[in-house]
Amino acid sequence: MHPILGYPRRLGLYLIAWLSLSELLFYLVSYHSGVGKLEAGIFFFPLCLFYAFVCLSAWYSCRGIPLEETSFTGLLLPHLLAAIIVGFFWAFVAKAWARGLSQLPRFQGFEERIGQNIPLILAIGVLLYLLAVALFYVLQAQEASREAEQRENQARVLARDAELRALKAQVNPHFLFNSLHSISALTSSDPKQAREMCIALADFLRATLGLGEKALIPLEEELSLIHSFLAVEKIRFGARLQMDERIDEETLSCMVPPLILQPLVENAVTHGIANLTEGGWISLRAAYSPEKDIVVIDLDNSFDPEAPARKRGGVGLTNVRQRLHTRYGTLASFSVEKDSQRFHVGLVLPAERKAVPA
Amino acid sequence: MMQPGTKIRTVIVDDEDLARQVVRELLAEHPEIKIVAECANGFEAVKAVTELKPDLLFLDIQMPKLDGFEVLELIGAEMAIIFATAYDQHALRAFEVHAVDYLLKPFGAERFEQALTRAKQRIGGKLPPASELKAATRAPGEYSERIVVRDGTRVHIIPIAKLDYAEAQDDYVALASEGKKHLKQQTISSLESSLDPARFLRIHRSYIVNLERVTKIEPYGKDTHLSILSDGTRLPVSRSGFGRLRAVLDRKG
Repeated sequence: MHPILGYPRRLGLYLIAWLSLSELLFYLVSYHSGVGKLEAGIFFFPLCLFYAFVCLSAWYSCRGIPLEETSFTGLLLPHLLAAIIVGFFWAFVAKAWARGLSQLPRFQGFEERIGQNIPLILAIGVLLYLLAVALFYVLQAQEASREAEQRENQARVLARDAELRALKAQVNPHFLFNSLHSISALTSSDPKQAREMCIALADFLRATLGLGEKALIPLEEELSLIHSFLAVEKIRFGARLQMDERIDEETLSCMVPPLILQPLVENAVTHGIANLTEGGWISLRAAYSPEKDIVVIDLDNSFDPEAPARKRGGVGLTNVRQRLHTRYGTLASFSVEKDSQRFHVGLVLPAERKAVPA
Repeated sequence: MMQPGTKIRTVIVDDEDLARQVVRELLAEHPEIKIVAECANGFEAVKAVTELKPDLLFLDIQMPKLDGFEVLELIGAEMAIIFATAYDQHALRAFEVHAVDYLLKPFGAERFEQALTRAKQRIGGKLPPASELKAATRAPGEYSERIVVRDGTRVHIIPIAKLDYAEAQDDYVALASEGKKHLKQQTISSLESSLDPARFLRIHRSYIVNLERVTKIEPYGKDTHLSILSDGTRLPVSRSGFGRLRAVLDRKG
């Protein structure tokens, strides 16, 4: 598509630029040859408009001679030649137009007076054509850089998708090994509970398996994932793990990115509960706010303030923050606070109800 | 080697009841082993080991209060140690501290027997000196976030941010924190290497200072200076220490 003819707005701008050029020209000529201003205007305005469209043809020769791959002479010669030909053509048209006009009584002797200025008109015509060539090369370069940027954006989106898939697959292997160890302990002392733990573990793994392909799941599904995770951890930690949950009915159908809360609950267990000799509590709240149409999720847990900060926990939090940002931009927020007893993570998400295709 | 008839006195340390149960069960088939204590956290472990002086220790790594390596740092290596954990990334460090074996959870009877056989070979044999052990307890490029100190059977935890300075005293270092001094059996060089050099500086043969505490440096004598800490403590600065101190403070602006 032609970069100017194809876009009405650009064509408009282009013609306005030409209009100011034509004004310059007619001042020049009327000053030089004593032609009346009105006459000069009537003469130059249609002439420049005509030439504006002639110069649009420079695009095709620019496209044929790409700037990057051509030598300087290979660039200069054809364009210069074309400019001279087009310039002569314009001068010829100008002369013919002047002759036509001088038939009118008002333009008596107009042709002779313009005639002296034909070399000037020719020179300006050549110059303008060359300017048009330069303009098209600039447009070409701009187009190329925009295409490159688009490709880069697309690559970034793809990379981010891959990253998300990897993050989602991140179920902590230590959790698995520790659970298997607990099961092996139970097989002799309490086979019934060993079986229960196997089932809870299987439920959790099965629930996480299919999540890779889904962009969003209902909060209810994420909660049931957390329940099967906690069912396993409860057997491991026994009375040391206390869970308290308060979930608004309206939030259950809201869509959330899969495994957005489970890593946070897992953090609460491994960095909170596991470090407390007497055990601790986890509290999960999900509330719906109808005024803003948002879901507010708060996860609190007790922790040992003397325990050294563990690196993995930081990674988990960063992952969740990143995924929220990728999915929602500024529509979601994520906060982490801690005081001497309590570690708090807060999420605010827009309340989406329907499944959105990935 | 062991005297016939004496039992191997064993302590099991793991915060999970079920994990202790596995070890207990596997040991039940060995009449020569006597379990003298079971501990659910690092504090209990230090207390039990100091009081009971067992021959064999089963040690988990991730635990409340103190992790397995910190426990080991406090009790020395006067016994055979078998680590049992689900975290295989600690294996290298475990062997650096001369653990007998490193069991990855879940483990079965066969693997457990192997570890036990190695432990029996070690018991009564040559044990590495404790000082060698302490230097190796931290991965390179990784600095302590806290220092653990044992006072009898009690354990103090000093977060690095609360350590004002450390002073060498023969085989010990005195750690000054919140107006108190804690003695720890460690050389000042080994302490220095475990501290982040961006936060702590050796200003003298016998002193390491927390850079955040330094408020003023005054000349003192011909070649030496005095650094004055925010609580008014005055510490000597040697000539080379002064050079290092000035370089660091200049960089911080």
